[in-house]
Amino acid sequence: MTMHGMRGLSVFISDIRNCQNKEQERLRIDKELGNVRNRFKNEKGLTPYEKKKYVWKMLYIYMLGYDVDFGHMETVSLISAPKYPEKQVGYIATSCLLNENNDFLRLAINTVRNDIIGRNETFQCLALTMVGNIGGREFAESLAPDVQNLLLSSSCRPLVRKKAALCLLRLYRKNPDVVNVDGWADRMAQLLDERDLGVLTSSMSLLVALVSNNHEAYWSCLPKCVKILERLARNQDVPQEYTYYGIPSPWLQVKTMRALQYFPTIEDPSTRRTLFEVLQRILMGTDVVKNVNKNNASHAVLFEALALVMHLDAEKEMMSQCVALLGKFIAVREPNIRYLGLENMTRMLMVTDVQEIIKRHQAQIITSLKDPDVSIRRRALDLLYGMCDVTNAKDIVEELLQYLSSADFTMREELSLKAAILAEKFAPDLSWYVDVILQLIDKAGDFISDDIWFRVVQFVTNNDDLQPYAAAKVKEYIDKPAVHETMVKVSAYILGEYSHLLARRPGCSPKEIFSILHEKLATVSTTTIPILLSAYAKILMHTQPPDQELQSQIWAIFNKYESCIDAEIQQRAVEYLALCQKGAALMDILAEMPKFPERKSSLIKRAEYSEADTAEQSATKLRAQQQTSNALVVTDQYPANGVTLRISVGQLSLIKVPSMITTENDTSTDQALSQQNGSLSKVDPQPPSVDLLSDILGPFAVEGPPGATVQSEHIAVSGLEGGSDAVDGSAIVPVEEHTNTVQPIGNIAERFHALCLKDSGVLYEDPYIQIGIKAEGRGHHVHLVLFLGNKNTAPLVSVHAIILPPAHLKMEFSLVPDTIPPRAQVQCPLEIVNLRPSRDVAVLDFSYKFGTNMVNVKLRLPAVLNKFLQPIQVPAEEFFPQWRSLSGPPLKLQEVVRGVRPMPLPEMANLLDSFRIMICPGLDPNPNNLVASTTFYSESTHAMLCLVRIETDPADRTQLRMTLASGDPSLTFELKEFIKEQLISIPTARSPAPAPKAPPTAQPTPQIPPNDPAAILAGLLS
Amino acid sequence: MIHFVLLISRQGKVRLTKWYSPYSQKERTKVIRELGGVILSRGPKLCNFVDWRGFKVVYKRYASLYFCMCIDQDDNELEVLEIIHHFVEILDRYFGSVCELDLIFNFHKAYYILDELLLAGELQETSKKTVARLIAAQDSLVETAKEQQGSISNIIAQATK
Repeated sequence: MTMHGMRGLSVFISDIRNCQNKEQERLRIDKELGNVRNRFKNEKGLTPYEKKKYVWKMLYIYMLGYDVDFGHMETVSLISAPKYPEKQVGYIATSCLLNENNDFLRLAINTVRNDIIGRNETFQCLALTMVGNIGGREFAESLAPDVQNLLLSSSCRPLVRKKAALCLLRLYRKNPDVVNVDGWADRMAQLLDERDLGVLTSSMSLLVALVSNNHEAYWSCLPKCVKILERLARNQDVPQEYTYYGIPSPWLQVKTMRALQYFPTIEDPSTRRTLFEVLQRILMGTDVVKNVNKNNASHAVLFEALALVMHLDAEKEMMSQCVALLGKFIAVREPNIRYLGLENMTRMLMVTDVQEIIKRHQAQIITSLKDPDVSIRRRALDLLYGMCDVTNAKDIVEELLQYLSSADFTMREELSLKAAILAEKFAPDLSWYVDVILQLIDKAGDFISDDIWFRVVQFVTNNDDLQPYAAAKVKEYIDKPAVHETMVKVSAYILGEYSHLLARRPGCSPKEIFSILHEKLATVSTTTIPILLSAYAKILMHTQPPDQELQSQIWAIFNKYESCIDAEIQQRAVEYLALCQKGAALMDILAEMPKFPERKSSLIKRAEYSEADTAEQSATKLRAQQQTSNALVVTDQYPANGVTLRISVGQLSLIKVPSMITTENDTSTDQALSQQNGSLSKVDPQPPSVDLLSDILGPFAVEGPPGATVQSEHIAVSGLEGGSDAVDGSAIVPVEEHTNTVQPIGNIAERFHALCLKDSGVLYEDPYIQIGIKAEGRGHHVHLVLFLGNKNTAPLVSVHAIILPPAHLKMEFSLVPDTIPPRAQVQCPLEIVNLRPSRDVAVLDFSYKFGTNMVNVKLRLPAVLNKFLQPIQVPAEEFFPQWRSLSGPPLKLQEVVRGVRPMPLPEMANLLDSFRIMICPGLDPNPNNLVASTTFYSESTHAMLCLVRIETDPADRTQLRMTLASGDPSLTFELKEFIKEQLISIPTARSPAPAPKAPPTAQPTPQIPPNDPAAILAGLLS
Repeated sequence: MIHFVLLISRQGKVRLTKWYSPYSQKERTKVIRELGGVILSRGPKLCNFVDWRGFKVVYKRYASLYFCMCIDQDDNELEVLEIIHHFVEILDRYFGSVCELDLIFNFHKAYYILDELLLAGELQETSKKTVARLIAAQDSLVETAKEQQGSISNIIAQATK
């Protein structure tokens, strides 16, 4: 090996490597960049060698992630250097630093062309490589003929021709017109006769691109592809250097089979027979071997063969053979094969007649839904989604529901959306559908987008039989102490409409229903209150004979909200109050909602739309299915906290009010009244722009606006009154008094505790603002974004946010704008670096002004110790040596903890799990003990393994003994104290329902490993 | 096709990047940060594929280095996994039991080799022997040029003495 030294470059790289921290590195790099810039400026004195050296340095700096925005000219100019070494650097550095849209690149086209048409083979290679890697449209137009000549030239050696083939492929991708189909098809076929396998491999890639756009023109290539495949599969005449672990170029085999998949069918019987013989051979003859590379290579070929068989729609026998193979694959230990087995089974679903055979593997697929690898879990979810039909929908959806509670957060949204779609598509009966959606809301309310609950309302409204059932069901849920806000919304709606159908049942009198609903009012946000108010009005209307007490209670509430700051709430309160006082008219106005016009679900519509979309793009029809699922996830990015609903309600009142003003002197009275009585299907009430919500806009359109039927002046007046009240108040009370008169919505401490366990959610909310948070962690870095959302139609001013970081966190906070515009959301990124272990917490000091209210809150930020943990499963053979080597204080600490909140062991395991401390099953044979491990990241400790053992006393659950070990004394101490705090006082917040998440680890029947670690553990602990 | 190749160390340091699809500087930085986070945090016994923004990333860890290649959804994953291994074997043969340090100090060499292996995001040469021969030829071209350079400056030095 020759290492021509470039001392300056090596010294520079060493310097960079010796930098102690990022700051030093930055300084060193700035210095070097300054130097290079200077040298480039006085180009005269620069030798080619020096120029080359500086370009390499730039490239290295660029690779480290620094912006190098100069020197492009110098780099490109090296291309025209006469000597090979400089030219080489010029070409390679240019293709790394620049992309196809760079202007400097265009300047070089002529030089590049001269190199391509020149006689120097090595220059040709350099030029073709660069054009092949970064050439754009202009290169395609001016160079394609020359490149084609090189590819076809008999005087060119293979090393040039294979580059020419791929270079042409690039140019063809940039502009398909550069390859003239008529002339090129025969030449392409000739190229497939090539003996050199390097040239043939490159040409095959070119063919794949060509046939993917136009298979008809390249028919003559088909038999040749089959011949090539046969030659390779039988290992005839393949040079030794082109076999890979004994397999004749697996890559060329894969590419050839890929090309064949673009031909719709093979008509010639003998070609077809030959191909099927080869495929059969591959299917049957691929064994699992020890060598991992050989295994991968042979399975790469096998999976491509499977795809080709599926494409050719082979006889049923061969198909079931394929499914059988895949069935074997999804159960093997090798994760890659398991992943590909699931993926290909999903593709297979598109082939007719095999669904039934695939269904036999349902149990195994469901097991994969719990695989430790998220990549595999996703494939399993896709497959289950794809294979679901009426016969197995119940099983699959129930599996998904069950899995939902333990699924990681990144998958929950996709999971719940898919479950909702399947439940709707394949529901055997509608009550089951209602059950599923309510369970979804109950288990994963945060991930349920509004259109899911809109849809259930629509079903219930349109099906009379379903109404009492749905009402009874939501009542069961809303009876629970802590329910998700979405559940409150759907319950309020359904109970408002249909609870009178239950009136005879115990506990379902209007009064009782009202009080159950009203209990929730204090806990919900402003978007839900209007729905509750509507429900109250409806309940009151249905109460026959009228109940004076209930009436005065509800009127009092309307009265209270008449001056609410939120326009929507205020309007409803005013309107309902006025309507109630109208007496009999109320019955008509608040009559049951009319049926919805039958519409396709927007969820399913979206699914189908994206299916059509992708089917067009992908050449093999088989791929469509799984791309669909991706599209679905992406489209649904709403934070599930009712933002969409609020917007829809607002828009609707605006749209409907004009046509609904039915005061006596209005001319449009008759028309409007007839609409009101439910002939909604005639007049489409929704603006076309809010397509997403189209399913549900109907009901609110009628419900909101009845208020407008009263006198419009009344509303205006009451609005004014509300406003002037506030102003008057402020005149009397000194301004300071107003500080923090705003009540937060929800419990701040509970929100904080919840956010300690999850990555995103609401940190703080009051009637004016909502502060959301989203965290993304990597090692000792956490990237956090604060979302400041103004909920009102007026701006929030004097917004200040200061972060008070504890000593162990380095925090960089971007500036917060002084004003947040109406209904706008501001995002403020916050970069956090963990320097060392500590339990201290950062505080956000936040203040703003709304009207005369000055609000100031101090909020703890959930950048707590456990956010810098990464769960890790340590096997016995690594655990015990570690445990042993960390002997005694200060690295290993033990403490007997008393006053522990009693909880069953699985719950404790879940608690640890939720703090990213992973239970290691089977290490401790005593079923009363837990052994767990995690990795802690900070700048001082780097990634450090922490080991935990908790011994509980089944006789006395309030005490336990805890042993902590890590390589850092302060980490051991802090983590011990941290866990202790969690065990002693567990936040009584809405518990994130950890119970169903019992990992197998927590089962009290751990397996005892052969070398009895009990003895080891006991010996070490004593 | 392969959209890009990334070599990242366990500490998240970039050792080589090659982009076959046009990405702006900003996008490149973002991709590296994002993918680094995803891949470095994956445990050892998981599969070598990651779904990422509608693409797939095939990666494999060799000692302290992660080799990653980003491909289309419907490309053959195992084929690409073995392209990675093929690349590593060629590096190994060239450097003689290659390690991360070799690739740090001779990153330009790694680029030369990659350019003989991949072009336009497609596999160009599957014979290790051929790649080795081509790289050796390039090296000797550079050496020859250097010697010539040396002798010319000698002559000049002699003449101007």
